[in-house]
Amino acid sequence: MTASSSNDAFVEFERVQKSYDGETLVVKDLNLTMPRGEFLTMLGPSGSGKTTCLMMLAGFETATHGDIRLGGTSINNIPPHKRGIGMVFQNYALFPHMTIAENLSFPLEVRKMGKSEREEKVKRALDMVEMGAFGGRRPAQLSGGQQQRIALARALVFEPELVLMDEPLGALDKQLREKMQFEITDLAHRLGITTVYVTHDQTEAMTMSDRVAVFDDGRIQQLAPPDQLYEEPDNSFVAQFIGENNTLEGVVQEINGEVALVKLDDGELIDAKPINVGVGDRTRVSIRPERVEFNKERLREGTHTIKAEVLEFIYMGDIFRTRLRVAGNDEFVIKTRNAPDQVRHEPGTQIEIGWLPEDCRALDA
Amino acid sequence: MTDTTSDGPMLAADGTPLKKSLARALRLQKMRALMLIAPLLIFVLVSFIIPIVSMLMRSVENDIVVETLPLTVAELQSWDADSGELPDEPVYAAFVGDMVVAIDAKRHTRLGTRLNYEQTGMSSLFRKSGRKIKRMDPAADAPFKDKLIDVDKKWGDVETWRVIKTHSPRVTNGYFLNAVDMRRTPEGAQSQPEDKRILVKLFVRTLIMSLIITGSCILLGYPVAWILANLPMRTANILMILVLLPFWTSLLVRTSAWKVMLQQQGVINEFLVWLGMVADDSRLVMINNQTGTIIAMTHILLPFMILPMYSVMQTIQPTYLRAAKSMGATNWTAFWRVYFPLSIPGIGAGSILVFILAIGYYITPEIVGGTKGVFISNRIAYHISSSLNWGLAAALGTILLVVVLILYWAYDKIVGIDNVKLG
Repeated sequence: MTASSSNDAFVEFERVQKSYDGETLVVKDLNLTMPRGEFLTMLGPSGSGKTTCLMMLAGFETATHGDIRLGGTSINNIPPHKRGIGMVFQNYALFPHMTIAENLSFPLEVRKMGKSEREEKVKRALDMVEMGAFGGRRPAQLSGGQQQRIALARALVFEPELVLMDEPLGALDKQLREKMQFEITDLAHRLGITTVYVTHDQTEAMTMSDRVAVFDDGRIQQLAPPDQLYEEPDNSFVAQFIGENNTLEGVVQEINGEVALVKLDDGELIDAKPINVGVGDRTRVSIRPERVEFNKERLREGTHTIKAEVLEFIYMGDIFRTRLRVAGNDEFVIKTRNAPDQVRHEPGTQIEIGWLPEDCRALDA
Repeated sequence: MTDTTSDGPMLAADGTPLKKSLARALRLQKMRALMLIAPLLIFVLVSFIIPIVSMLMRSVENDIVVETLPLTVAELQSWDADSGELPDEPVYAAFVGDMVVAIDAKRHTRLGTRLNYEQTGMSSLFRKSGRKIKRMDPAADAPFKDKLIDVDKKWGDVETWRVIKTHSPRVTNGYFLNAVDMRRTPEGAQSQPEDKRILVKLFVRTLIMSLIITGSCILLGYPVAWILANLPMRTANILMILVLLPFWTSLLVRTSAWKVMLQQQGVINEFLVWLGMVADDSRLVMINNQTGTIIAMTHILLPFMILPMYSVMQTIQPTYLRAAKSMGATNWTAFWRVYFPLSIPGIGAGSILVFILAIGYYITPEIVGGTKGVFISNRIAYHISSSLNWGLAAALGTILLVVVLILYWAYDKIVGIDNVKLG
């Protein structure tokens, strides 16, 4: 996607680079276009450059090279306080010396809004996050989840068009986190705000986002909706990073249109879909545990199957998790649904497994 | 489980009340803790608290008159000091009797010194009269009234006897009255004559100058603390050494260095004259006055301001400022509305520290203060070591202590003492 191709581009990064020390690039050639109203998540391991990107968008870091545009105008030289971007911080950053209502009133005060209008907006924002009764409290008197809601309300109270969130749920326990995930996406869609969300938690990214940008090594490795990201990873980093994944290493023997023949390191031949490899390349073949098939009847005629030895069978309630040795890989996992007629493999038995070639992606090694 | 009744005290397994059992179990721990602090506790008690209390007692103690002149004081009870007439013969007789005993024990000059604080001339009166009274015989030489007046005509002055009677009680407020430029008279407390009123002025000057010093420390220290708190740890540590560097030098050396810097033939004046900014004949007077004291003490007390500020500022998360800016606040608004209020506990702690140190400072004002830049503590030192009027020194010290406590209390009321953080 290029910047000129879409007229509805709201947030644009064009060839953005960032270096802190003048020697290494933290962000390398970043290009990104977001339409209005989208919920986009920047996902990646720590040090991948995702937070730096967010801070450049917020204006707390300056891009070493390239252009960042908001609503069509370059914001490179606009200081943070004039960008009108709402922001939720990792530790909430609620001002401890102000009450909740004063915290929410702060962005309205600096905009020189009248008292009655301020009070009305603060009240509306507090009601929006169901915290109407807490206006007089201090941040320290609230629980983590409540502080999180207030931080959200404070970022939204001045009605910004763009809201940035920097790992806002990191400090919450699992249950609360799942609840807040839903509430945040619901609020963002209801108010039609464009949201950039940074996290290192892939579940969070998958469940909340319209699109996910997977960051690694200062680049976006893949930018796609969650289902596409999971099912059609562009490279082995994305395949490894998102969800559980089985990998087998080998060399591409031949490619016939959509199907590549891969010779694994122990000599076995399997079918796969070539993604970013050519004939003769070393490849890392990637297949999701739930797409592996051991019932030959369900496999397409003529597909290659491969021998496997059952090492471990784990009963997990809703699913069965069976660990296999496949082509010398002891960590090959398959997942099967817990249905009445489902096979429970005994450790030590030999089985044959296979898959549809389009579920098995031959990626870079 | 123990068999506890529903309304009785909880019992331990062996039937003793649980509270008693717990206390016994904790006693050993408490004893051990006490043993650990015992050396310091005893040291502080013996070398700090007891001397201070006894010093404070001196500010009201006045045994010397009644102990040196017991008979005279008893006789003077029946004399009306306001009558304008001299006491009768029995007072004189008792006085000679007391004096003969006192002269034998060489106590009469001490009494003279004591009474001299109240009325000048008393010291020499007692010393001179002592030599002659020594030769009198209290049993045979009566009557004494005229003889004494012959010895020194001041014994025929009503005022002399009034002074003795006024200061005869064992407990006196005289020192405190003196400390606030008043004096004890038979008619009650009265102001000192105009030319003797210096202490209140000195108290006020001490307070005002301490406030100025505290204020300049805040102004100079705040930016430094801010930089320290916002630099990376390693650089901050190096700069911190520079802040603490003055502590490695003797206070006396530093103060003397300021003398070299500030005097009229000193470094700063020479430089300004060389630059042509100041004429040679109108060099700046920066030493031996209030300016000198303020400059030197600000420099000496600055680290006490920077350290608490720094440790408080370190705890202020930088995201607060970012959050404020993301909400539309300019740099200044973000600082003033968010950062500054959060740094107030540090300012408070530093100010209390610097102010309390400044108000009792002695050595620097003594060296660079001249006559106009000295503090009340210099006066206290003078009374302790030169005039030997310990009662007045104690009274001044007590007032200083009370003033500090009042200010501390006021700070607690206005800002709140739990708002003070040292880190």
